[in-house]
Amino acid sequence: MEITLTLNGKKRTASVSPDTMLFDFLRNHGCYSVKCGCETSACGLCTVLLDGKPVLSCSVLAVRADGHTVTTLEGLQEEASEFVGFIADQGAEQCGFCNPGFVMNTIALLREHPDPTDDEIRAYLAGNLCRCSGYEGQTRGIRAYLNAKKEGLL
Amino acid sequence: MNRELKSVGKGVRKKDAMQLLLGKPAYVDDVTPSDCLVVKVLRSPHAHALIREIKTDVAEKVPGIAEIFTYKDVPQKRFTMAGQTYPEPSPYDRLILDQRVRFVGDAVAIVAGEDERAVDKALRLIKVQYDVLPAVLDFHEALDNEILVHPEENWKALCDVGADNKRNLCAQGMESDGDVDAVIEDCDITFTRTFHTKACHQAMMETFRTYTEIDPYGRLHVVSSTQIVFHARRILAHALDIPKSKIHVEKPRIGGGFGAKQTLIAEIYPAFVTWTTGRPAKMIYSRKECQTSGSPRHEMEVTVRIGANRDGTIRALDVHTLSNTGAFGEHGPTTVGLSGHKSIPLYTGELEAFRFAYDVVYTNVESAGAYRGYGATQGIFAVESVVNELADMLGMDPVDIRMKNMVREGQIMPAYYNEPASACALDKCMLRCAERFGWAEKYPVRRMPDGKIRAAGVAMAMQGSGISGVDVGSAAVKLNDDGFYVLRIGAADMGTGCDTILAQMTAECMDCSVDDVTVFGADSDASPYDSGSYASSTTYVTGRAVEKACLELKEKICAVAAEMLGCAASDLVFHGREVEKADGSASVSLADIATKSMCGNNIALEATSSHSSPISPPPFMAGMAEIELDPETGAVEVLNYTAVVDCGTAINPNLARIQTEGGLVQAIGMTLTENIRYDDRGHLTENSFLQYKLPTRLETGRLNVEFASSYEQSGPFGAKSIGEIVINTPAPALAHAIHRATGHWYRELPILPETIALDLARDAENGAAE
Amino acid sequence: MLTIDKYLRPATLEEAYEAAQKKNSVILGGMLWLRLGNRRIGTAIDLTGLVPDGIEDTGDTYRIGAYATLRTLETHEGLNILTDHAVRDSLCSIVGVQFRNLATAGGSIFGRFGFSDVVTTFLALGASVELYKTGTVTLEEFCTMGRVNDILTHIVLPKSPVTASYLAHRNAATDFPVLNTCAALCDGILTVTVGSRPLRAVPYRFPTDSGISAENIAETVAGQTVFASNTRASEDYRRHLCRVLVRRAVTDVLEKSAAKAAREVK
Repeated sequence: MEITLTLNGKKRTASVSPDTMLFDFLRNHGCYSVKCGCETSACGLCTVLLDGKPVLSCSVLAVRADGHTVTTLEGLQEEASEFVGFIADQGAEQCGFCNPGFVMNTIALLREHPDPTDDEIRAYLAGNLCRCSGYEGQTRGIRAYLNAKKEGLL
Repeated sequence: MNRELKSVGKGVRKKDAMQLLLGKPAYVDDVTPSDCLVVKVLRSPHAHALIREIKTDVAEKVPGIAEIFTYKDVPQKRFTMAGQTYPEPSPYDRLILDQRVRFVGDAVAIVAGEDERAVDKALRLIKVQYDVLPAVLDFHEALDNEILVHPEENWKALCDVGADNKRNLCAQGMESDGDVDAVIEDCDITFTRTFHTKACHQAMMETFRTYTEIDPYGRLHVVSSTQIVFHARRILAHALDIPKSKIHVEKPRIGGGFGAKQTLIAEIYPAFVTWTTGRPAKMIYSRKECQTSGSPRHEMEVTVRIGANRDGTIRALDVHTLSNTGAFGEHGPTTVGLSGHKSIPLYTGELEAFRFAYDVVYTNVESAGAYRGYGATQGIFAVESVVNELADMLGMDPVDIRMKNMVREGQIMPAYYNEPASACALDKCMLRCAERFGWAEKYPVRRMPDGKIRAAGVAMAMQGSGISGVDVGSAAVKLNDDGFYVLRIGAADMGTGCDTILAQMTAECMDCSVDDVTVFGADSDASPYDSGSYASSTTYVTGRAVEKACLELKEKICAVAAEMLGCAASDLVFHGREVEKADGSASVSLADIATKSMCGNNIALEATSSHSSPISPPPFMAGMAEIELDPETGAVEVLNYTAVVDCGTAINPNLARIQTEGGLVQAIGMTLTENIRYDDRGHLTENSFLQYKLPTRLETGRLNVEFASSYEQSGPFGAKSIGEIVINTPAPALAHAIHRATGHWYRELPILPETIALDLARDAENGAAE
Repeated sequence: MLTIDKYLRPATLEEAYEAAQKKNSVILGGMLWLRLGNRRIGTAIDLTGLVPDGIEDTGDTYRIGAYATLRTLETHEGLNILTDHAVRDSLCSIVGVQFRNLATAGGSIFGRFGFSDVVTTFLALGASVELYKTGTVTLEEFCTMGRVNDILTHIVLPKSPVTASYLAHRNAATDFPVLNTCAALCDGILTVTVGSRPLRAVPYRFPTDSGISAENIAETVAGQTVFASNTRASEDYRRHLCRVLVRRAVTDVLEKSAAKAAREVK
């Protein structure tokens, strides 16, 4: 089947099988940031934005993205760069494998709630598993970013 | 050190942090071609069976299938997949494929094909007839059972670990100091308790995965997510029965390891396919395979007998561990040791005698492996819980009883190979932890207005820093153009940040910035030999190798400078960016020395050093947990966890803190949510993340981490280790807090809400009946 | 691995209905559970454009399109004000935002999964479902039906004033519930549902003028409900939880209701 979608700002037309998952489609189209950590829609590593909303790309049929806009971390480097340094300052990236999904969902969080509380951060990101960091460093990093923004340091 | 440190002790960013956070390609599947054979393994549905007949003819006809291999096609020399220094303590009990399958998930056939669809189809079309055999599923019944997991004649143990395959015994041993029975006889109080911990999974986010190809020299090139490139080379050579010179192993970025990748799990299958077919191949484990056919923690039953006086003096500890290595013996003989060696010495203070005995048995469940803590976690849960119970019996504050009995700096630890506690701030850790946590306020049990109960618990822990007399760390430091350095290592950064902390040490030694140091590794061809990243060894062991290499390189740099300045090297002083005559009369810049090294030079500006330590100085820590328990539902919420760690000098306090927080949360999972259950046919229930519940960020509570550092003379800049110890305190501390809230001691993990709620409901009924 | 031979995006509901009659055809929802099985699907039918993904305020009802996501329900202000946030409370622990942006209301309700949080809540709130051929049936009736070869197009929630409370116990924060309950007081009738038994949710109704206590209601419900054991919990524990959670939810509803009444008096 042929599908046309906007991937990271560019129109892409491609042929896919009825059961090709968006996750596989994206990696086959060079979006290596998108990772898979489970097969059961439970880890959040494959998070991308579909029409601006965070979704699990492992659970979306590629054909269902036909006519839609898909954004991966490859397409949001600038927006991500604004805050990921604060995560790095905590050392909370660790192995990094969960980072793209976490960063994508954090982008969605900050677009939806520009000034979240720590508990709102935790609730929004609850579907992003991380086995290395214990999570608190990620929260501290986001908090440090929000504080820096408030203080006009960015 | 009289000089102020510039790089060591600083929370610098991890060198790869920004690239990882921005999702750049870095891991095995990102950096290897997708145009290769897809490799998958057909897995046994039976816990124990012999393959009577296996038919692959129909499956082979599936378009796109390249090869299907069965037990008839593989070398017949047994090997172990444990990443340990040769000769490995783990028995040689594996073949790549065996006619006997020993657990549900054991490998039956290897299928290689052009794409996943074809391979999946072929997997369905392989017809296997099994002679299903009775299985040993309960590890209590394994020893001397008539059912043997490894009856084969070519099973062998390279080391004397007390193994006997005709008894289902992977290892057995006993050690003691003093007369435990006599001391206990003389004690005011003694009791025995038994604890059960399960085969928890590391559950690193990146599953096991390996890419293999034949390189232009005809060698097997392996790109794998592994902690142990050198052991991997040897193990693959054994498995494939080919010379080690034919194999080249490298690791790119690793998506977490925690010990899981200290065993070869995925590597042998694509390696065998590539070596046999000559074609590139890749195997990516599914999460289900990681759960059912991975290398989890050893299930253990630890029995502790304690002898103490009424004043709280702990005089004797008698520990027995029964460990379940599962179907194969990877890390079986070694993990068990830590259950005693890292628990008993915590009470060296007043201890008059100890005994530590163990049996490690084979069963027909998933083979266990190495997981952060490596046996210490299990042993410390048991011993620390017993000490908490003792304090409770005696009406003593559990912090006080520890202060009275804990190991102190300078003491010799008979239960830890008679090594000295050369650097030990455990007392400071405990006192500071109590202060920061607010022990005095939080220890009393508090009933909240909504009926929930708040309570607190405590535990302490130790680990090691590398394997004494065994682990080898190496570092090669080279001066390059403009005066930047390349540090080559064989240790594997699996996300922990060892590349960065070793660069910090290099920068400190070479008096340059961390940015001036590039790190390369790990690669079995290009890196200097390193045992690999495990056993909390990298900072302590490889770190010292970095120091040695830097010292040597400085001398070589001075030798080149001496030629340039026309003086003796002994007249020169190394200042980092320049080398100066001691009298200050002349100098030459490092950049110019680097340039000179590439023009008419005979002195290689490169130094390689190895280091091995005769001792393994333990890091120490104290941990305190505050929980809120709902007595009606049994739900336990972790509110706060405070940990104070003595890891010696924290080379990078940020990374040490994150290590601690990550370890605490893994252990919170092990204690409260991560269950492992087998049905009566040996099928694992928790075979996905839907069933195996890792803590989310809603379940960690607030983590407060501090360091109360000692200075370890034998370590680089006074450092010991941090990676593993951090997983050891939550289980006993949480079990303690739950006891405070409920009156029940839980000695099996995980402690589930159901167990708590039904116990309390029963208590209420009994109370009402009385 | 899930395999799909054919993906169909029908032009009309009639076409979708006809396609759905074939064995091996599946109507797609959010695809979160569908994907888990080792299933081979002949035709996957996508209803995008045929069933709405929004929530329509018809005046006396909220008419929820079958393709509205759980996240849409969770963040819908009107729906949450109406239900004392029981809708949000029942959805916010389901895996994660990314999951709830895919899972559909229709898929959750149509599946009538035993573990469902959505069914437990909507059943208590007196919802109905609109099926393309069958027409409108109450969710309660729908829950008693066997396999339904029809297309769920809407879920309709009456806008009558209600006081509600949703509670669940989970062994882990974003796990399936071990037991869930929703209590909803509307027009003097208190409806209590119990789900994740782990069987499908069941409703009980109590007139509030009878003056029975939360304890009694909890005891009655726990006594009448059939529970079972699965990997997450035993039958005994579920019965125990049922007493606790129903009592708490009913207490919460009665307290909130009293508070509302007090405000009205003022």
